[in-house]
Amino acid sequence: MQCSLKVLVPLMILAAPSVGLAQAPKFNVGTPLSQEAIKSFDYMIGPGGQQLPAGRGTAKEGAPIFAKRCEVCHGQNGERGVLRRLVLGAPGKPRQGPFKAEERDSVAYYPYATIVWDYINRAMPVPKPGTLTHEEVYALTAFLLYRNGIIGENDVMDAQSLPKVEMPNRNGFVPAVPVYPPEPKPSWW
Amino acid sequence: MESNEPGRRRFLKQAAALAGVGVGAGAGADWAARGQAAKPEVKDSHLNDEPLRRGVPSRRGVRMSVDHITYYTPLQDYNGIITPANLHFVQQHSSHFPEIDAQTHTLTVHGEVDRPLTFTVDDLKSLPSVSRVHFLQCHANSSPFQHGAGNANMGPSVQYVHGMTSCSEWTGVPLSVLLNECGLKKEASWLVSEGADPGKFTHTVPLGKAMDDVMVAYGQNGEPLRVEQGYPIRLLVPGWEAPFSVKYLSHIKVTDQPFHAWNESMNHSIPRADIGGKSRWYHFQFAPKSIITRPSAGLTPLKKGYVQITGVAWTGAGVVTKVEISTDNGRSWKESKLQTPVHSKAHTRFTYDWNWDGEEAVLMSRATDEKGDFQLSRFDLYKAWGLSDEDAMKPVRGAIHTNAIQPWRVARDGSVHDAMFS
Repeated sequence: MQCSLKVLVPLMILAAPSVGLAQAPKFNVGTPLSQEAIKSFDYMIGPGGQQLPAGRGTAKEGAPIFAKRCEVCHGQNGERGVLRRLVLGAPGKPRQGPFKAEERDSVAYYPYATIVWDYINRAMPVPKPGTLTHEEVYALTAFLLYRNGIIGENDVMDAQSLPKVEMPNRNGFVPAVPVYPPEPKPSWW
Repeated sequence: MESNEPGRRRFLKQAAALAGVGVGAGAGADWAARGQAAKPEVKDSHLNDEPLRRGVPSRRGVRMSVDHITYYTPLQDYNGIITPANLHFVQQHSSHFPEIDAQTHTLTVHGEVDRPLTFTVDDLKSLPSVSRVHFLQCHANSSPFQHGAGNANMGPSVQYVHGMTSCSEWTGVPLSVLLNECGLKKEASWLVSEGADPGKFTHTVPLGKAMDDVMVAYGQNGEPLRVEQGYPIRLLVPGWEAPFSVKYLSHIKVTDQPFHAWNESMNHSIPRADIGGKSRWYHFQFAPKSIITRPSAGLTPLKKGYVQITGVAWTGAGVVTKVEISTDNGRSWKESKLQTPVHSKAHTRFTYDWNWDGEEAVLMSRATDEKGDFQLSRFDLYKAWGLSDEDAMKPVRGAIHTNAIQPWRVARDGSVHDAMFS
């Protein structure tokens, strides 16, 4: 067996880098699932918006939905609520930064428009998240973007148009691109 | 009818929560703040709601709003370095805790992986486990203005100002084991985790950290996770802002770029003067911090003679190497004793023997960690953030990562006060 060990060791060393790239399952635990199955639950919407589902909506369509489902907490047009003021600025007049800490709730503050869709879809309305249709989420997203002066009242928001919306505060964040490991900085940074 | 009961109770509570929004408009929509030290034995001193009351002793600050549930750890009563699970702080971003069946709950890992997999809780428990002692801390901890300062029901200030940190022995499977089972694609660089709570809490984690010391935890201090701590499973991201440690973990999506979920992009970013009013986002690790828990403001007045000064220190960088104590308002410092073993990214108990002579004194603690970082005074910290001394005393919402030195003033009558905010 000594011979085979001499052959095996260099082979193992050669094999090591490829093991690091394509790991083989070690424990064979867990149930594989298909891409179709993933599509059925994957509504995690990143900045690119690739996962956005079918559907569409405009601010005009969103207004009555907002009045019915959102106004109780966020106030008329999202401006005077008891919780989280969603609107700063006005149609046609987007609020520019810098923002104060207490102004962060406004959609005008968000770096990406896709976050508005993602968050309404996953977490709103409290206390019954998950009760809005995708169409309603598109319409509400359009409504909030319109009230914040970012899009027009009749602009259609859908899987193609929403990720392309340019947010006025996109460059209001530091570091510009999140990096890990972070740059060396003092501990208070 | 029994099966309808939780649903009905939840409905009643939600109705009450919504009613509270109207009533509590002036008071930040808080509709209950209860349960402080006066009568620790009183039953039902918390909300009359079974999921909330489960395992929760009466002696703790609780704040409720329509979209948040907050518990503060009573640091003044806490000994050693392990917080009892039922005293662990809570910052729940929803109106109620989910009741999840561990038999049917699953964790699905997908995205930039070769083999998307779904794990049952039993699957996770069958994999190699680790147990490690780690602190958790809300990034807004120690920001007194937004946490009920001056509210007598919230208990002594060490609890409501600093009580959003706790420390446990967590047991679970390293996340690297699960990611290796799925096989990472070469594009993989970040991931986003999602919980099964009502708002499906999400948070982005860089892959480098995920493969380092992150675990999927199912045990806390030798028992299953409590409902309010994420039962049946949660992510545990040591040394970093607690929102990374997503509770009720149900999905992990591996991505090729930062995901920019609502929490890290919006809710947990903070505009700062030192960067021209732009917002600091993607805070990861906590700087060193220490708090003297006894004596502290509002506790039993001191008597002349021997006084043990004690508290806890922690740092996201690793181990706390030194905690110095000053009893003369920061003019001189002496090293305290650290309880051993000292764990990495964990509460570290310090003690210091002091002889009080009956004169006015100001007590401070200052932690130093293995990287040589140490705590600053509140004014120096705010100065670093581009703010003036006046700013440092203003009730600003959203002060985060506050690790300033906390001074306690001992008056001649032995009473102890918050030297910064009283």
